[in-house]
Amino acid sequence: MVPLSSYLILSAVLFTIGVLGVLVRRNILIIFMSIELMLNAVNLALVAFSREFGSMDGQVFVFLVMTVAAAEAAVGLAIIICLYRNRKSVNVDDLNLMKW
Amino acid sequence: METDENMEFVVFAIMALVSTVCAILVISHRNPVSSALFLIATMVSLAILFLTLNAPFLAVIQIIVYAGAIMVLFLFVIMLLNLRKDEFGPERKKAQRFFAILFGFLFLILLATAINVGLSTFGHPEAPATKLIPAGVEPLAELLFTKYLFPFELASVLLLVAIVGAIVMAKRKL
Repeated sequence: MVPLSSYLILSAVLFTIGVLGVLVRRNILIIFMSIELMLNAVNLALVAFSREFGSMDGQVFVFLVMTVAAAEAAVGLAIIICLYRNRKSVNVDDLNLMKW
Repeated sequence: METDENMEFVVFAIMALVSTVCAILVISHRNPVSSALFLIATMVSLAILFLTLNAPFLAVIQIIVYAGAIMVLFLFVIMLLNLRKDEFGPERKKAQRFFAILFGFLFLILLATAINVGLSTFGHPEAPATKLIPAGVEPLAELLFTKYLFPFELASVLLLVAIVGAIVMAKRKL
């Protein structure tokens, strides 16, 4: 059996790549994809814990996380369409109206 | 049994490599369509890892909902916006990128340390993984409709609100 720690390390690596995507890129679509990547990393950790502890609760959490991710994607993409219609840009640096 | 364990190691190693490389390509590729396709590859390799983790239902859901529905929505929006190369705008400066990667590595070390400490403190549950979780839909469905009934209903309300909100925001004139 592959130990729990290797799944957790893989999950941490994927999460970090997602964080880096949010920090490094300026295209709002790719920032949004990085957020999906982070959610996926957390799902992997939850499923690995679920097997390690022999309980199904972790899998229920993953199911709910996927539902929330679907809702988040629908609303977020609607916001991006709205934004592009008003600003003609997908670059986050152009959206500085609320910047301090 | 011996070959089975070796197989699991091989599958884990290949899928870990594929998912990490594709994830790096997601955040480094210039074209958003390619990024979306690499993200689909990451999700499919994670679905295969779910299969080895004894969660076949979640593996199928991962492919149908994530790689299917959500990523198609992404591609649909990318094509709807129909961006040209010059509309992407400038990327971050070299120095900013350097510091982002530096702090990303520090963050990864922090996470790895937390995992190490956590596993050595709480790692071995009283009943170790001798009791295998049953594969299949029934045990998940039973939990979902008994212990987690309220979150399940809340999720359905959330989906309804998300549908209404998305239409209200994206439609030009209601």
